Amino acid sequence: MKYHFKLLLSAGVIATSLGIQGAHAAKTSMTIALQLEPPHLDPTSAAAGAIDSVLYSNVFEGLTRFASDGAVIPGLAKSWEISEDGTEYIFHLNSAVTFHDGSTMDANDVKFSLDRARAEDSTNAQKALFSGIKNVEVLASDKVKVTLASPNGSFLFNMAWGDAVIVAPETIDDIKTNPVGTGAFKFSNWVQGDKIELLRNEEYWGKPAHLETATFKFISDPSAAFSAMMAQDIDAFAGFPAPENLAQFESDSRFQVLVGNTEGETILSTNNKMPPLDNVKVRKAIAHAIDRRAIIDGAMFGYGTPIGTHFAPHHPDYVDLKANSNYDPEISKKLLSEAGFSEGFTTTLKLPPPSYARRGGEIIASQLRAVGIETEISNLEWAQWLEEVFRGKDYGLTIVSHTEPMDIGIYARPEYYFQYDSSEFQAVIKALNVESNPQKRSDLLRKAQRIISEDYVNGYLFELAFPTVANAKIMGLWENAPTQATDLTDVKWAD
Amino acid sequence: MIKYFFRRLFTFVLSLALASIVIFSLVEIAPGDPASFMLGINAQPDTIAALRSELGLDQPKINRYFDWIGGMLTGDFGISYTYRTNVTEMVGDRLWVSLPLAIYALFLSTVIAIPTGIYAAAKRGKTGDFAVISATQLGIAIPNFWFAIILVGIFAIKLQWFSAGGFSGWKDGLFNGITSLTLPAIALALPQAAILSRVMRSALIETLGEDYIRTARAKGLSSSQTIWTHALRNALIPVLTIIGLQFSFLLAGAIIIEQVFYLPGLGRLVFQAITQRDLIVVESVVMLLVFAVILVNFIVDITYMLVDPRLRQDSI
Repeated sequence: MKYHFKLLLSAGVIATSLGIQGAHAAKTSMTIALQLEPPHLDPTSAAAGAIDSVLYSNVFEGLTRFASDGAVIPGLAKSWEISEDGTEYIFHLNSAVTFHDGSTMDANDVKFSLDRARAEDSTNAQKALFSGIKNVEVLASDKVKVTLASPNGSFLFNMAWGDAVIVAPETIDDIKTNPVGTGAFKFSNWVQGDKIELLRNEEYWGKPAHLETATFKFISDPSAAFSAMMAQDIDAFAGFPAPENLAQFESDSRFQVLVGNTEGETILSTNNKMPPLDNVKVRKAIAHAIDRRAIIDGAMFGYGTPIGTHFAPHHPDYVDLKANSNYDPEISKKLLSEAGFSEGFTTTLKLPPPSYARRGGEIIASQLRAVGIETEISNLEWAQWLEEVFRGKDYGLTIVSHTEPMDIGIYARPEYYFQYDSSEFQAVIKALNVESNPQKRSDLLRKAQRIISEDYVNGYLFELAFPTVANAKIMGLWENAPTQATDLTDVKWAD
Repeated sequence: MIKYFFRRLFTFVLSLALASIVIFSLVEIAPGDPASFMLGINAQPDTIAALRSELGLDQPKINRYFDWIGGMLTGDFGISYTYRTNVTEMVGDRLWVSLPLAIYALFLSTVIAIPTGIYAAAKRGKTGDFAVISATQLGIAIPNFWFAIILVGIFAIKLQWFSAGGFSGWKDGLFNGITSLTLPAIALALPQAAILSRVMRSALIETLGEDYIRTARAKGLSSSQTIWTHALRNALIPVLTIIGLQFSFLLAGAIIIEQVFYLPGLGRLVFQAITQRDLIVVESVVMLLVFAVILVNFIVDITYMLVDPRLRQDSI
């Protein structure tokens, strides 16, 4: 019995070592790990960022797209004209674009995709991106006109989202398990719970990809992520979940570590309608009680950029407003006694699963306790959080990273879970939505940032960092995450 | 015999029916809506309503219960809310990982535990016995996930003999499949082996104190002859009970080990389904596991009869 077991083991060992050699000989394949597996493969009908992390730009493309620095650049549309009044967009499509099933991508597919996203029974998670569209008209096979109800300065930006990619009516029924797009890679195989394989699209209309095959693996456990990377079972891990191990990879010449920025503002969301948090002095007191550096160091091992408002610090229009809420417990205590809470008060702090929230929550609770505010911490799953906090608005404080790009507009929605209702702010966003002059847009964005910072709507903590650990020989990986994507179109092995 | 069989069958069906009601109610009571979860925080209420109706979540609960039960009776477990594939197929795929892993781990645990247990019982009170007891104490004390991390550290990161996790699938050959399950199986097996070994030891020691063993020794059999021909078989009943329990545990309880080794098994499927509120998957997989546990218990009952002729007499 024991002898057989030994035999089995040694045979297994030989088999693995052969496997490892095989993988290293071919330098046109790559295995990239992500923390979360997509629930299905239709980016146009779910919020799960994991879908875009695998498919955005690799398999699916939109009229416009995000570049690695977050700029909006031409995608399937090579150019466009905008009418004087800003309500009509004529897109000129690249010619000779085919879907992975061989059929041609033309203006009819664009019309189908946009109409589907804004239809009454649409299940698009970002349906608001399309709500301003009044009509989509096919002018020629490579020309499509989109008419908006009112001018929208961010329309081209909206069309770059993963939720706005172009899909074909012929393949839409199976898109959730067999996605057919126009990108540089085509979907090959999905072993659920394990991996998704992509193959190079040899018929690609643009610059062909370097890699012949790309495999996405899904490893959710941080310690498993560390082991898989260390054992070199995987070549790269985008969004590496164990920041505590990054230093170890940095000092190991086999690996490279990229720490980029994201669009994720991590905030101490506050229920602006729940007493005593409806009092701006109380919210200001909370803001001054928070030591951002301690949270970034303690919860994120130093990775993250402090913010003073709900805006990405790398954006050209960002205003540094951290001084509005510098760490000063004395101011905090003074404000609390002015507000009539010299004895402090108790509120709830409901934390979703990510480590920024769970670890950050403990630190914030102790910082608040120092000025007399007691918090009752409860840990929630995402589904519970959505029901209780987000839809039920049954919370005092919570910690969430808002990862959608350019989402300051959420503060103009009084029914949103912060329940912030400011007519001044709403007027600014209304003006912004119809403004297309870049200078005026920039002014409005700055004004919007100031208003929410000075109203202390939420506690502004830090911008999430995006760590990638990769084999040192890999080139062309995106360092930043302007949207959730693992763009492999320019990734290759150095010789 | 026939009456006995029908009585068993009735209990079997009744337990399954009760289990289905409990599972369905518990899962439905848990807060969280699958459609809201999938569409995230920017979704508009009409979009969520559209998805709820697409998934059939707008139907009354009682209708959904009977649809689910009716489907299962015909082998159709329904369509996963999130993955949008057939649950039967998903469970089938995952079983190809979880079942071999459970069998592999049970095999390892048995081949380690039974000889060491017998050895310890035979050497009762001597150094060998003490060594086995200490080792098993350690085995019980060490949590399997921690042990798994240690195994990965040594055999995957340091020696690079095995990959740190993942499952290459049976398509790439039996060896690849077995290799990727080896570290997880060892991690699962050792704590189980420790328990089993102790049970084997104490059961054998107890049997060795019986009168018929003294008789066997008195008629001139050697100590080892007595153990092999008389004591072992009688000591196996508690061991079989534990093996049966362990198999159900290994099938359903490998969740943490599957996380550590990122194996696409049943445990990980349930774990993901719970976080995503993929209610139909949770209900079906839990139901399947209940079915498996009841079935294993039944098989264990049958094996008792094979081991112990007295039970065979009684049941006829």
